[in-house]
Amino acid sequence: MSTVQRNMSLTGDASNYLNPTQKIATVIGLGGLAIILLSLFNEFSNKGIWLTASLLAITLGIVLFAKGTYNNKLEGIKNHGVWFKSVSSRGFWGWVAGISLTGFYIILYFYEGLLGLNPDGNTGIVALFDPLSRLLSGNPASQWFVYGTLYTIAIFAFGIKFIWKYRHNRYEQLRTISVMFFQTAFAFLIPELMARLNSDTFSLPYNDLKNMWPLNYYAFDGWRVDQFINAETIGIAFLVFAVLSVFVISPILTYKYGKRWYCSWVCGCGGLAETAGDAFRQLSDKRQVAWKVERWVIHSVLVFSVVMTTAVISTYLGYDSNKYWLTKDMFLIGVAVFLGVLFVVIWYFKKEELAKDARYGAIGYLVIVLALIGIHYFSGSANEKIFLFEAGKLRAFYGFLIGAVFSGVIGTGFYPIFGNRVWCRMGCPMAGILGLQQRLFSKFRITTNGGQCISCGNCSTYCEMGIDVRSYAQKGENIVRASCVGCGICSAVCPRGVLKLENGPMEGRIDANEILLGNDVNLMDLVNQK
Amino acid sequence: MEHIVIIGNGISGVTAARHIRKLSDKKITIVSAETDYFFSRTALMYVYMGHMKFEHTQPYENWFWKKNRITLKQGFVKHIETKSKTLHFTEGDSLQFDKLIIATGSKPNKFGWPGQDLDGVQGLYHKQDLENLEVYAPNNKVCKRAVIVGGGLIGIELAEMLASRSIPVTFLVREDSFWNGVLPDGESAMINRHIKNHHIDLRLSSNLKEITSDENGKAKSIIITETGEEIACDLVGLTAGVSPNIDFIKDSDIETGRGVKVNRFLETNIKDIYAIGDCAEQHEPIGNRRPIEAVWYTGRMMGETVAQTICGNRLEYKPGHWFNSAKFFDIEYQTYGWVHGSKGKPEYEEQFHWKHEDDTKCITIAYDKDTYEFLGINTFGIRMRHDVFDTWLTEKRDLNYVISNLKLANFDPEFFKHFEKDIQSAFKNQLTTA
Repeated sequence: MSTVQRNMSLTGDASNYLNPTQKIATVIGLGGLAIILLSLFNEFSNKGIWLTASLLAITLGIVLFAKGTYNNKLEGIKNHGVWFKSVSSRGFWGWVAGISLTGFYIILYFYEGLLGLNPDGNTGIVALFDPLSRLLSGNPASQWFVYGTLYTIAIFAFGIKFIWKYRHNRYEQLRTISVMFFQTAFAFLIPELMARLNSDTFSLPYNDLKNMWPLNYYAFDGWRVDQFINAETIGIAFLVFAVLSVFVISPILTYKYGKRWYCSWVCGCGGLAETAGDAFRQLSDKRQVAWKVERWVIHSVLVFSVVMTTAVISTYLGYDSNKYWLTKDMFLIGVAVFLGVLFVVIWYFKKEELAKDARYGAIGYLVIVLALIGIHYFSGSANEKIFLFEAGKLRAFYGFLIGAVFSGVIGTGFYPIFGNRVWCRMGCPMAGILGLQQRLFSKFRITTNGGQCISCGNCSTYCEMGIDVRSYAQKGENIVRASCVGCGICSAVCPRGVLKLENGPMEGRIDANEILLGNDVNLMDLVNQK
Repeated sequence: MEHIVIIGNGISGVTAARHIRKLSDKKITIVSAETDYFFSRTALMYVYMGHMKFEHTQPYENWFWKKNRITLKQGFVKHIETKSKTLHFTEGDSLQFDKLIIATGSKPNKFGWPGQDLDGVQGLYHKQDLENLEVYAPNNKVCKRAVIVGGGLIGIELAEMLASRSIPVTFLVREDSFWNGVLPDGESAMINRHIKNHHIDLRLSSNLKEITSDENGKAKSIIITETGEEIACDLVGLTAGVSPNIDFIKDSDIETGRGVKVNRFLETNIKDIYAIGDCAEQHEPIGNRRPIEAVWYTGRMMGETVAQTICGNRLEYKPGHWFNSAKFFDIEYQTYGWVHGSKGKPEYEEQFHWKHEDDTKCITIAYDKDTYEFLGINTFGIRMRHDVFDTWLTEKRDLNYVISNLKLANFDPEFFKHFEKDIQSAFKNQLTTA
């Protein structure tokens, strides 16, 4: 039989063109970016006005583009042409966008001088942002202020686009409003405004309350803890909140609602992924081999961050044992006992739910961590080296590899190539912890609706975490996966109403049985015999 | 080792193969002429619309088949020799089987219209139909207008597909309202309006008289029977239903009617030969179901059932309560139990209908007018829980119970607006005015 072989993705130019509104929007938005680029070569005289014009143009461009895209369409899922457009299907413009973003991150993290950062007076792009920084915190801008401002604008403007796109879906709207709020208020405005409180006698570190350890890997660095302690009541309150949010608040919320309460409602990384990164969600790797890699990489990063943080804290506890009520030895024993107890509890109650490789992994990780702690504990307190390495070097290495390269350059720069949640899926230690909890102790699940699934694959295609949602839905099995951030898009794109994100009782949360309704009961019993 | 050969790699055949593998070590071969690997037919529309690539429609990765020792053979079966248990392929080779499962699905109906075999005239069923669509309707420059003939589920999907590429569509529907052989009037009328809101030129009570050809044998226009109007077009989509794809069986000893005749055990008249899915025709309809059911999940269930039989546990095909779903452009539709359109409505069936003022959501509940037993529900724009309605149907709940517990059955995403109160008050008003 002769079959015509054609690449389906190379056709369909009708959906590929920009309508007039989108063209105008693109010009306006790129104009705003151009002002920022121009400031590299040209010292604007009236920076406040130029900056305002630039930021407004970028925002307006994005919002107007959204209007051109969605306003003349009826409410509903409109993923038309996603795989025809080169920017959203790893085509030419996808690569251009990926390389540009990656370049931006490399400059931001390693060559900030190119942006114009200068302690003796900023120039270039950083100088362009000085007026806004002085307005908020009273200080000149840094490269991080420039980044924070653009980041917030991206979440805000693309958030409006996302809300427009999902104007028929209140779950999507509410969680987008939530990430827009947490980014604008908690990550951007409040810390900047709080910097105004700082004086010669009083100083607080830049503190984004929602940015928890271990995503915030420097949360318990010595200088931060010292500043918090020195700032007395307020500082201690912040420190206590940081510890509580890791050990109390986050576990309770994850138990009740799944990790989505953080990953797709609060987190800044998630916020950017869900808004600016939404156009790339379909690019995540769905192969089973990607899932295997994911589990090892993310949990290794988590172990690395636990070791690194333990090392850093025990070092400064060791230097100055009179300053803190906690001693280095107490701390190390405490960490070892905590991890040991946690492991035993999980092993005792949840062993049956862990796959074989997960059990080996858990034992392996625990042995490594306890061995390192043991080496350090018995090697004497005068030793500068922690776990065979110097804590400072370990910390710097983590900051470089995980903090900068993984979360920034790869995680965000590669949105148009690997999808928008590579960092959250493969690298984020916070997602690692929340994921373990979600898998083992949470009421959250995605329920599948009886026998309605037609295996079309929209859910899997649009899952940004690369979960093969369909493989569960077509078996009638609930989806309880560590990586699921609860974005709700699988449910939104399902044409047959099969998926629903829910919090329910723990019992029967994971239907290991293939319960597909419609069959006669006897057959169902037989099919379910494994 | 017993060799099980399955003709057709759709949902029925693949489900049968998977379950035979779960239950046994038999040798399994799946034969297909359409594609190398199983894909979801219902998702073809999303490939044309650019929501997915073709490989996304394949539920199993390519290594799956080898790992599960399921041999895939590409080939078109020309003849089944039942006595020697041999398949003969058009390619010239042949294959021996010990047990054979026929799962060849459907093909689009053609009713002898003049011009129905011209270039640019096609159905929407096979992967090859999608490839032809890329030839004759890749965009609105090559295809200035498309005409769709047949107002069913595939027709409206094709309309949505073409509209997604800004191709103007004329939609000929034989009935005086969209799909009203199945849908009650209120629902059908709402979908008519929704189709028009998507700028589809919907022509109700319109039949196709003929398709005219240009000098190259390609469709040029169509003529409507009722008005004689000629509509110029570059593509004609024939979507007037499907029928079993069994032409190659007609000259064998296997008994056929419209489909391959099977008993409740999905056995044909020939020992060791079974038929499942769209191509199987029950001797007697099961309940209110049709003897031939071209539905995704019935294919899947027949595959599960026949796997049990073949692996030594002879089992009757017993589908449970009827259910189904579809999507009409932006409006999702689900049905549980039986709700009839006005034409086929049994004398005992009464209906309660509620429609939201935004004209995109409605429900119809069917009940027995004497006993008030709940018979079925259609919902549009509101998702419902399958297991709840399945239970209520089994428990033979009454109308009042269903209306007052409707909230338990809601399956819409969190934070969606609920309409149970509106529905309940509409129900009370209807009772007092009636």
